[in-house]
Amino acid sequence: MSAAAQAAAGRPAEAVNPLQRNDFRVLVELVEPNSRVLDLGCGDGALLALLREHKQATCYGVEMDPDGILACIGKGLSVFQGNLDEGLRDFEDQSFDYVVSDQSLTEVRRPEFMMREMLRVGKKAVFCFPNFAHWRIRLQLLFRGRMPVDEVIPFQWFETPNIHHLTVADFRAFCRHHGMRVLDQYFFRSLRGGRVSRAMAFPNWSAAYALFVTARR
Amino acid sequence: MTTHSHDHAPVAAAPAASVEPGSVGLVQPRRVELFAPPAELELVSGARLGPVTVQYETYGQLNAARDNAILICHALSGDAHAAGRHAPEEREPGWWDSAIGPGKAFDTDEHFVICSNFLAGCKGTTGPSSPDPATGRPWGIRFPMVTIRDMVSVQRGLIDHLGIPRLLAVAGGSMGGMQALEWAVSCPDRVEAIIPIATTWRLSAQGIAFNEVGRQAIYADPNWNQGDYYAGPSPDAGLAIARMIGHITYLSDQSMHRKFGRNLQGKSNYDYSFATEFQVESYLRHQGEKFIQRFDANSYLYITKAMDYFNLGEGFPSLRASLGRLRAKSLLIGFSSDWLFPPAEMRAIANALRGNGADVTYLEIHSDAGHDAFLLETAGITRAIRPFLRCAHTELRRRREVSL
Repeated sequence: MSAAAQAAAGRPAEAVNPLQRNDFRVLVELVEPNSRVLDLGCGDGALLALLREHKQATCYGVEMDPDGILACIGKGLSVFQGNLDEGLRDFEDQSFDYVVSDQSLTEVRRPEFMMREMLRVGKKAVFCFPNFAHWRIRLQLLFRGRMPVDEVIPFQWFETPNIHHLTVADFRAFCRHHGMRVLDQYFFRSLRGGRVSRAMAFPNWSAAYALFVTARR
Repeated sequence: MTTHSHDHAPVAAAPAASVEPGSVGLVQPRRVELFAPPAELELVSGARLGPVTVQYETYGQLNAARDNAILICHALSGDAHAAGRHAPEEREPGWWDSAIGPGKAFDTDEHFVICSNFLAGCKGTTGPSSPDPATGRPWGIRFPMVTIRDMVSVQRGLIDHLGIPRLLAVAGGSMGGMQALEWAVSCPDRVEAIIPIATTWRLSAQGIAFNEVGRQAIYADPNWNQGDYYAGPSPDAGLAIARMIGHITYLSDQSMHRKFGRNLQGKSNYDYSFATEFQVESYLRHQGEKFIQRFDANSYLYITKAMDYFNLGEGFPSLRASLGRLRAKSLLIGFSSDWLFPPAEMRAIANALRGNGADVTYLEIHSDAGHDAFLLETAGITRAIRPFLRCAHTELRRRREVSL
């Protein structure tokens, strides 16, 4: 994946106030003060910088893109250059309060392995991903018969870093079958602006993004 | 510690009349005598050594708060001359001129940069070619065995002499990175940040093996004469072979092939003789010949031994436990094609530090230049080091304000 595609896919540089991002705002509210947070695919470190500032969190990031690493260094963050497909083998069991995968789950080769690793290393695992069953995506597929390209998934099929799309219903089913408990859930209709809802009606139809906080059962 | 200085308070080198952009200009080496008896340096081996002369250079200005000092540690064959030129006609600038100077990675407009020749070196600091005070003759192999920790002890003596309470950073590549790590472990309250580059936490069996072959080449040279050669011919053949072996380990398979391929040296057909056929042979010989002009064989023996003994984990159940005292903010930089100090070893250090809750960043730069990348990939390291130092400086100042 090119650095540009990676940056665009994961975390676009947050020149504007990063708290406008619904996922970031939810996490800043959610994380308890002084938590230890590991962000997988942390991009330019915008989320970690927020958590450090607002929650005095001890933050670590993992990122593959060297430009992301350099941006993190500029923010004074601790960050590791690494490939998530190799797992978290150097991370000890239950050594973090939160392990976050914000739009990186769809990009890894073995999502199941990564999810298991996240709950081994973290007491809680947070997943935020675009919902592939969102009505706009469904209608694009239904009426155009082409892979959907829109604000949520802004890539053509041949250049997308997202190799494992999933839906809200898929995620819930996965949790049921893999001994995971959903502690909290948040749905939003776009990444920036709009309402964040914890009890959206028909989220698998209405939510463009979902954010789940999970733990082991 | 009693110190006798040949010079006075640290003064930055006067800027030369015409300075090339980005250069620190003309610089002057300095010398100071430390650890004069009875306050000799106590070595890890138990031996005592003193006085110890230290050759060093400084670039930039120490600020009023004395919080902008950076110590640069050199590698096996380096010296105190890290940047600028001693004379306008000097052909090559200091060994890390690409990274030290105004606007460079170690920005001398903002920082006071210090580099000293390490203990057992042959570039002005006390080593096996220096006179043994007891006899007045060169030490040779009667010089006590030294370790990386002993080198750091001497550097700390220099930092004390310069009146610097706490270094903003200690940085170095290869063996210089070992010194940076050792600084953070053995003087945790004297260093804010470290930048170990292309280094390791303990020399591997392979590393020891290469060092031993180099040493055997020197021992096997009849001129070596048990290290007692200063009055006669020196073991040039042995030292040159040691250097040639070293050079192979600094490159990578790809970079060597790109540089030389199977190209012939000044001919288009094989001679089918033992004369130099290939460019790579000629290159290695040239490196060996250049090296013997400027390096002492006994120093080479002592320095490689110091590297062999280096093991931060010694006496600890785990690497993580051995790094428990390390509090410095750390930026670790590895290079993808470095097989002498592979990136995996840098990652192991970074992981151990993270396990301890330390502030650590690991950056891996993609390069096919092998171990030498740490001197060649200037743009890559500069982009990381500059923001890292800026943050370290801010954090140091913030903490001092809190404690005041």
